Amino acid sequence: MSTTERAPLLTVNNLVVEYPSKKFRAKPFRALTDINISIGQGETLGLVGESGSGKTTLGRAVLGLAPVTGGKITFEGKDISHATRKQRRTLSRDLQVVFQDPYTSLNPALEIGDILAEPLGVQGMEQNAAKKRVKELLDQVGLPADAIHRLPREFSGGQRQRVAIARALALSPKLIVCDEPVSALDLSTQARVLDLFLQIQRDTGVSYLFVSHDLDVVRHISHRVAVMYHGEIVEQGPAEIVTRDPEHPYTQRLLLASPVPDPDRQEQRRADRHRLLESQRHQIEQAGALA
Amino acid sequence: MSDSVETAAVTAVPAPVPPGPSGTVVRSTVMRRLLRNPMGIASLVILGSIALLAVFAPVLAPFEENFANITKTLAPADSVNILGTDSAGRDTWSRLLFGAQLTLLSALLCAGVAIAIGLPAGLIAGYYAGKFEAVSNWVVSILMSLPGLIVLLTIRAAFGPSVWISMIAFGVLISPSYFRLTRTAVQSVRNELYVDAARVSGLSDWSIIARHIFSVVRAPIIIQTAAIAGVAIAIQSGLEFLGLGDPTKATWGVMLSEGFKNVYLTPVLLLWPALAMALTIGGLVLLGNAIRDALEDGEKIKHRKKRGTTSAMGAGPTAAPATARPSRKSVAAVDAGTEHHLVKVTNLGVGYPQADGSIKKVVDDVSFHVDRGEILGIVGESGSGKSQTAFSILGLLPDNARIVGGAIQFDGNYTVAPGDERVNQARLSKLRGKRISYIPQEPMSNLDPAFTIGYQLVTPMVRVLGISKEEARRRALKLLTDVGIASPERTFSAYPHEVSGGMAQRVLIAGAISCEPDLVIADEPTTALDVTVQADVLDLLRELQQRLNIGIILVTHNFGVVADLCDRVAVMQNGRLVEEGSVRDILRNPKERYTRTLLASMLEGKTPMSMLVSSQKEPVA
Repeated sequence: MSTTERAPLLTVNNLVVEYPSKKFRAKPFRALTDINISIGQGETLGLVGESGSGKTTLGRAVLGLAPVTGGKITFEGKDISHATRKQRRTLSRDLQVVFQDPYTSLNPALEIGDILAEPLGVQGMEQNAAKKRVKELLDQVGLPADAIHRLPREFSGGQRQRVAIARALALSPKLIVCDEPVSALDLSTQARVLDLFLQIQRDTGVSYLFVSHDLDVVRHISHRVAVMYHGEIVEQGPAEIVTRDPEHPYTQRLLLASPVPDPDRQEQRRADRHRLLESQRHQIEQAGALA
Repeated sequence: MSDSVETAAVTAVPAPVPPGPSGTVVRSTVMRRLLRNPMGIASLVILGSIALLAVFAPVLAPFEENFANITKTLAPADSVNILGTDSAGRDTWSRLLFGAQLTLLSALLCAGVAIAIGLPAGLIAGYYAGKFEAVSNWVVSILMSLPGLIVLLTIRAAFGPSVWISMIAFGVLISPSYFRLTRTAVQSVRNELYVDAARVSGLSDWSIIARHIFSVVRAPIIIQTAAIAGVAIAIQSGLEFLGLGDPTKATWGVMLSEGFKNVYLTPVLLLWPALAMALTIGGLVLLGNAIRDALEDGEKIKHRKKRGTTSAMGAGPTAAPATARPSRKSVAAVDAGTEHHLVKVTNLGVGYPQADGSIKKVVDDVSFHVDRGEILGIVGESGSGKSQTAFSILGLLPDNARIVGGAIQFDGNYTVAPGDERVNQARLSKLRGKRISYIPQEPMSNLDPAFTIGYQLVTPMVRVLGISKEEARRRALKLLTDVGIASPERTFSAYPHEVSGGMAQRVLIAGAISCEPDLVIADEPTTALDVTVQADVLDLLRELQQRLNIGIILVTHNFGVVADLCDRVAVMQNGRLVEEGSVRDILRNPKERYTRTLLASMLEGKTPMSMLVSSQKEPVA
């Protein structure tokens, strides 16, 4: 975790993302407020939060898929907050994505080989070299070589997610934004895909911005964790601390809300949670009384 | 015994290659299906031969289209003029052939113009939206509000009787249909994740449209073109029939007009062009339908075909205990000594008939029971048959599902008696909603957006409990308070979209307990909810279960939820019951390998950044 010595790979400073409102002259909807994060080389930053907390938007802003209203996103020292499509094309060598839903993130009409060759073709790699690289990639994510000529629908969810990971790896990027990549998968498949993410990081030294709603997943895969709530980061720090002994009341609630697979320990956790909710309610009331 | 087959299917090990076709063959299935469809073949043969006749018209036609033999007008068919001649002594057969050429070409021109305008405009408007879309929508609305025939008449008056000009004009007039079709198709995929992925890869917009978006509109465009070409032929012929065509050119419309003028002298002149038009237009319509059928899943046809064979199968190898049969009196009495169970499922098998006449079992030989005041968790991964089991207790299986074995009894009576092929809906409909209720996975899609929450709570109570509306309203408000909703009055009069997901799930739970059921079946009741909301809903379920002493079957994939609520657990895999026991036994000392694999996949208590399942194997890379 001594990655902070070198200059970070990605820094996000005071990022604000606003979506224009559909209604005439209405105030725009503010999805992200004053976000500050950084990711070092070979490091995983876990981003945890509930639906609507803005965690996905942050990932999309880094990828250039969400409008940056204010603040700055720096990747390898370059400001990419408002990168043009051409700059993005260069950037895509180093910055890639794995989406949540393995069913809609692959074009159902294209063969796996074509899907994987797409990013290679954009970078101008010639066909034979691309073909060779596609074979390597399939091998790397543990898919059979004959997958090249098959369509996405012939694969299970876990296998499709492997294809999506292979596509992200195609150009040997430095950072992969993973937007809930295991949320749609079965438990045992999720475990295998997480193993794959860890293995790839060990082998290639890639960094991850790992977005998930599941604190257990984030704890398992991240070096550092940032907790998002209502479009803001409420807590950020080493994974071990944030996910075991959090400071912010929201993170505390989040931690105690996820059930553990043992009846007696879960009963304990349930009691802890009720106690926590009680004390937090108490604090709020006191604060209210003071004000 | 349950070697984790599913495990193999998702790992690095190449899954048993689906017997289905490989990639290249897949694409040609549309063509193959088209050719297997009699309608498709017939239309292709008709259109093909008409097109061939048109192409080889100069060779096949014995005369020039306007060659007139004035000595032989309105002649009947003979060896020289095989279809006879018209009032100017022109050969009908030759004119029919040249007419096919001109008619088909002009129809193609019309469709071509319409596509050339509508398709790109639709692609751009659908993909970029914004101002271009707004403007083109205006233009389209104007075009569509123009009375087509009058515009065509005006154009004819201004530019003379050219087939080509009128067809170009008609192409422009009809282009909105392509525009709308394309725009809608594009809008539906514009925000798909694979388009986002392509953007991240740095693909230019044009490449994205060409590679990822155009493929979506291709099929509808082909179907639409078949229809439009038919319309174009009809419109063009209609104009010419009115005498507004180019008299120097032979087209079917001109011939029709000619035939009509001589309808008393030689009515057969009317027949040939009419027949040609009918065949062509009919062929185009049939072709469009056949392509649509080929693109749609062939499942329905299979299903219809299968009906007969199924009934023979279902009665077959019923694993139902032979003891049940002798004791069957009028309806069927359950086995002695099992009446006290609230629900008892015995050797249940559920299957779906397949195209080849076999039955695919999704639930196989599953037995368990639930008593009053007890929570049974059914755990498994997708495809394990856990939801199918729950639905067969509720009697909510899809129409084509068959009970292929076993029995289900509720409170001492069979709802599925041994040997039954379907759930007994007569008996279940009396229980469902009243004594057995259901909490679904997706709270939002299980509330009707058109009615207030209050209405959706009150109606079932009035119907099932036979109480007055006033009384039901009072009970609904009490229920909403019971499920922990702070302002029941406001929620009562709210519409589903006005409440959050967690709130909607509370409403559904209130609905589930509103008629004081004995058994609640909850299918992944917290999966769609945030973790903190999930914890609240679990608390609520526990509290209600204890207070009302109901039995709950909780279908879930989450062992944490199981640990939180359940007394007993049944683990399912590939339609079979792998293991059943008390929650502590299963979670702490699982006997079956599959259960152990599942529990090992839990992240809780694992060393962060350690391999979860692949450590024992060599690294994947």
